[in-house]
Amino acid sequence: MMANMGKRPIVGIVGSGNIGTDLMVKLLRSEVVDLRYMVGIDPDSEGLARAKVAGLEASAGGVEWLLSQADRPDLVFEATSAATHVGNARRYEEAGVRAVDLTPAAVGPFVVPVVNLNERSEAMNLNMITCGGQATIPMVAAVAAVTTVEYAEIVAAIASRSAGPGTRANIDEFTRTTARGLVAVGGAKKGKAIIVLNPASPPLVMRNTVFCAISPGADREEIIRSVRHMAQRVQEYVPGYRLRADPQFDEPREGWGGKARVTILLEVEGNGDYLPRYAGNLDIMTAAAVRVAEGLLTHAGRGGGV
Amino acid sequence: MTGSTKWAGDVRITDSTLRDGSHAMAHRFTEPQVRATVRALDDAGVPVIEVSHGDGLGGSSFNYGFSAVEELDLVGAAVDEARRAQIAVLMLPGVGTSEDLRAARDRGVSVARLATHCTEADIAAEHFKVARELGLETVGFLMMAHALDPEGLARQARIMVDAGAECVYVVDSAGALVLDEASERVAALVAEVGKLSEVGYHGHNNLALGVANSVLAVRAGARQVDGATAGLGAGSGNSPTEVLVAVFDRIGVRTGIELGAVLSAAEEVVRPYMTRLPTADRLSVIMGYAGVYSSFLLHAERAGERYGVAAHEVLAEAGRRKLVGGQEDLLIDIALGLALRSSDPSSTSPPSGCEE
Repeated sequence: MMANMGKRPIVGIVGSGNIGTDLMVKLLRSEVVDLRYMVGIDPDSEGLARAKVAGLEASAGGVEWLLSQADRPDLVFEATSAATHVGNARRYEEAGVRAVDLTPAAVGPFVVPVVNLNERSEAMNLNMITCGGQATIPMVAAVAAVTTVEYAEIVAAIASRSAGPGTRANIDEFTRTTARGLVAVGGAKKGKAIIVLNPASPPLVMRNTVFCAISPGADREEIIRSVRHMAQRVQEYVPGYRLRADPQFDEPREGWGGKARVTILLEVEGNGDYLPRYAGNLDIMTAAAVRVAEGLLTHAGRGGGV
Repeated sequence: MTGSTKWAGDVRITDSTLRDGSHAMAHRFTEPQVRATVRALDDAGVPVIEVSHGDGLGGSSFNYGFSAVEELDLVGAAVDEARRAQIAVLMLPGVGTSEDLRAARDRGVSVARLATHCTEADIAAEHFKVARELGLETVGFLMMAHALDPEGLARQARIMVDAGAECVYVVDSAGALVLDEASERVAALVAEVGKLSEVGYHGHNNLALGVANSVLAVRAGARQVDGATAGLGAGSGNSPTEVLVAVFDRIGVRTGIELGAVLSAAEEVVRPYMTRLPTADRLSVIMGYAGVYSSFLLHAERAGERYGVAAHEVLAEAGRRKLVGGQEDLLIDIALGLALRSSDPSSTSPPSGCEE
């Protein structure tokens, strides 16, 4: 870190697939970081070719190559797979390189930039949870900031074409990890997550619905204000993050255990950097990861304290 | 035909009253209802009885409706009552998980039915593997089968069979298939996977074709068919089990089910607790006609009532937006949008459709 003082911190992308390539487009715009590297394992990868064109040092030599460079990165983005990250995480840590993990490996603690980045600013390894988590946890946290959320449930609907083989092969990981995030980061007492893949053509833009069980007497005006404010904060890094309507309140019904319900209807359109606009689920992951990295590095740049 | 050693009849009927019927009962089944139903169907010789939340294991939620009784307790009660019948559960990957399958197995379930939208079979691959490891018989469910052509559907069936499915169903979730459209799909699946697995048919009565489609499905090679006693299922209900038994008997297809006993189950056990009689009313016909997931019915009614808009308009818009099973949450979005538009015709908010 010291060697790099006064200059922008160096970052690298590990994984040259769609996510890695979209990250590259976003990081090239960053005024905070110096995106220097992209590594993969396939010399013929389109992502590595694009990286070279963009002026990065790109290699199919993987993490081995990356960590042997004279100018080591201060931070890496893991855009490979959970299994790969489990192996890589230790090597990053030994090398003193921070990691923002976009896989579901969950080696490090969960982070949602607008909710708990400040509490996590010293962590060497942070996990981005899931796309559904990045989209919905801010809303649960916004409600939880006003009133106790006994139970939070989210439904994420994504275009089939935006669900990659990793997601498809382990869909339980999405439901499990997102549900944990609703509690650990969102602040709900209990969480449940549902994911639906929709093959409609043209592809649908990512949709999320957040349901929270709240006291019938909770301050509804305050919840609306809190939710609107949170949506604006997410829009700072995901401009296509939109509330479809103000939060909807329903009085207690049979089976709700005496609780009222607030429903938040969200749409997440991507920025269309490399990935298509409908794939808001992927965009919110890469945009949030960039936000996390910028937060961590500007924090460190101020002297690592606070 | 291989893989049929467990069943000696010509067609194996799975009764889904206690699963698909859960939709029509707003997921309020009680344990005495489940026990009485299983007892009666078991006495009649129904070989497989499915018990779960309407949206499968883990379906109890704000989105689909909370179960009045913990579903695994209902499953356990069903296992307890069944002397001959196998008890099956349904699970939709993305809603339930492998842990739910394990928990169901621990309650004595012996058949796992794993359901995906008809184009998304691969998301169930891990669950077929888990189900086989748990020693469960496996059945794949390709939902909303009207939305994919026969060849495409057969390719998805192949994915399920490769992953471990012992039978794959053509599931007409929207009650949208009309006669040949059902049998062509079944025939395509039989041609693609028939040497390795059985093929099944699950009908809904939205266009009043559940039984007729089932007959054609059997003629096209289906060896498993779903029914629901007294038709108790989502939308305008499923093919009534007792009608399937009568019709199959008339055409010489053996089901192993005793007609008199299953008619008694329908008249004396199921009808008395039904809160609504499945019928091809306006909403159901619209669902079949527009290809809308049958389970949306009660949710569309509720959202329509909540926002003062017509439920059939909500369903028609659900069809236009090409919603798939599981997207009940967006019926709220649709109803809200219709309400805003009717209160302010010039309003453009919220946007009319995210898929445009």
